[in-house]
Amino acid sequence: MIDKFVRDIASAMADIADGSTVLLGGFGPVGQPNQLIDGLIEQGARDLTVVANNAGNGRTGLAQLMELGRVRRIVCSFPRSANSTVFEELYRAGKIELEIVPQGTLAERMRAAGAGIGAFYTPTAYGTPLARDKETREIGGRQQVLEYALGGDVALIEAWQADRWGNLTYRESGRNFNPVMAAAARLTIAQTQHVAALGSLDPEAIVTPGIYVDRVVHVPYGDPRA
Amino acid sequence: MDITTWSRPQMAGRLAADIPEGWCVNLGIGIPTMVADHVPLEREVIFHSENGVLGMGPAPPGDRIDPWLINAGKQHVTLRPGGAFVHHADSFAMIRGGHLDLCVLGAFEVAQNGDLANWATSENDTAPAVGGAMDLAAGAKRVWVMMEHTTKEGRSKLVRRCSYPLTALGCVRRVYTNLAVLDVTADGFAVIDIAPGLSRDTLAARTDAPLRFV
Repeated sequence: MIDKFVRDIASAMADIADGSTVLLGGFGPVGQPNQLIDGLIEQGARDLTVVANNAGNGRTGLAQLMELGRVRRIVCSFPRSANSTVFEELYRAGKIELEIVPQGTLAERMRAAGAGIGAFYTPTAYGTPLARDKETREIGGRQQVLEYALGGDVALIEAWQADRWGNLTYRESGRNFNPVMAAAARLTIAQTQHVAALGSLDPEAIVTPGIYVDRVVHVPYGDPRA
Repeated sequence: MDITTWSRPQMAGRLAADIPEGWCVNLGIGIPTMVADHVPLEREVIFHSENGVLGMGPAPPGDRIDPWLINAGKQHVTLRPGGAFVHHADSFAMIRGGHLDLCVLGAFEVAQNGDLANWATSENDTAPAVGGAMDLAAGAKRVWVMMEHTTKEGRSKLVRRCSYPLTALGCVRRVYTNLAVLDVTADGFAVIDIAPGLSRDTLAARTDAPLRFV
């Protein structure tokens, strides 16, 4: 019997190695795998490359992981926000590397990784500082920039419902990067608000089929914090 | 002479009047978000948000907030009947694949050739936040900019050539400011509307690029 549910967050975090590239789902406060990030903090892996839309807020979650000196490099589209103090301090002190990627290019690079595509050309960022030193080429009469796939060793994501095969649904704007990251990592760990019996999820409505998911942990934490 | 400049709600209303029924539209964070309030509900315009919301409706009243439903500016929104949720790669495929009829963005500078600078104010700013601006500017069928005509210091934001780092080359089709509405043409800025009581000379004096009046 296939059962991807693990007992607790500590078991879900087993075998995450130092030096891993970790994809973190979520956009704003919605769809964030908060408890898995706390689990990663507990677990102790260091020298991490983190891929997320933002570079952490406040002093908890990703910001705490960074403050503990466990993140060597962050890849994101929007490092600065109202409350991104930890990132800014570390960045100013030269203690964290940053790669800024346009949000759509970030999503597409992960999608490409999940689909076995090595690289692609896109018009996004052509002629801007973010395309500096990148290969360009005219395709279909438009200048385009070569962007490489971006896969992860681990993805930490949040789902609304999960069954024991790892089939997932999401809730409203909580979907965001989560399905893309699920497919882009070698080890995908999902926390889910609800547990569904196998066969009870509408096959037409499963967003992430279990083939992309390795471990699931039930974390019914309720609504996202505003 | 006193000049009547357009207020931000008036700018939003002026722009909204140019959006026809049926268009799929992305409104950038900040002032452009106001445009949605000026499109009457009976005119069906489909609003898109980068975080995977298509068919976004207005902000809910305070007691009806759905904590799972936010827009790209992280504000609580609603979903109109007919709306859909997609993931980030699909959401940006809508943008990058040319499926949006319009994107309205704010800007630091717009050049007379349509170059847009709206994400970083200095080459030395090493950690600016780009978000989805470059994807939207490069991908939407048309990009309109909504911004003040000048900076707080009175410097024109319409320029011959952008001095700030670019978001995309030659992407802006039209600019709505508090003083005028201007099309970006092969021959530079063409004024198609001007704030009431504002003379052509005054507008030209406040604009650091040649103007054509049509």
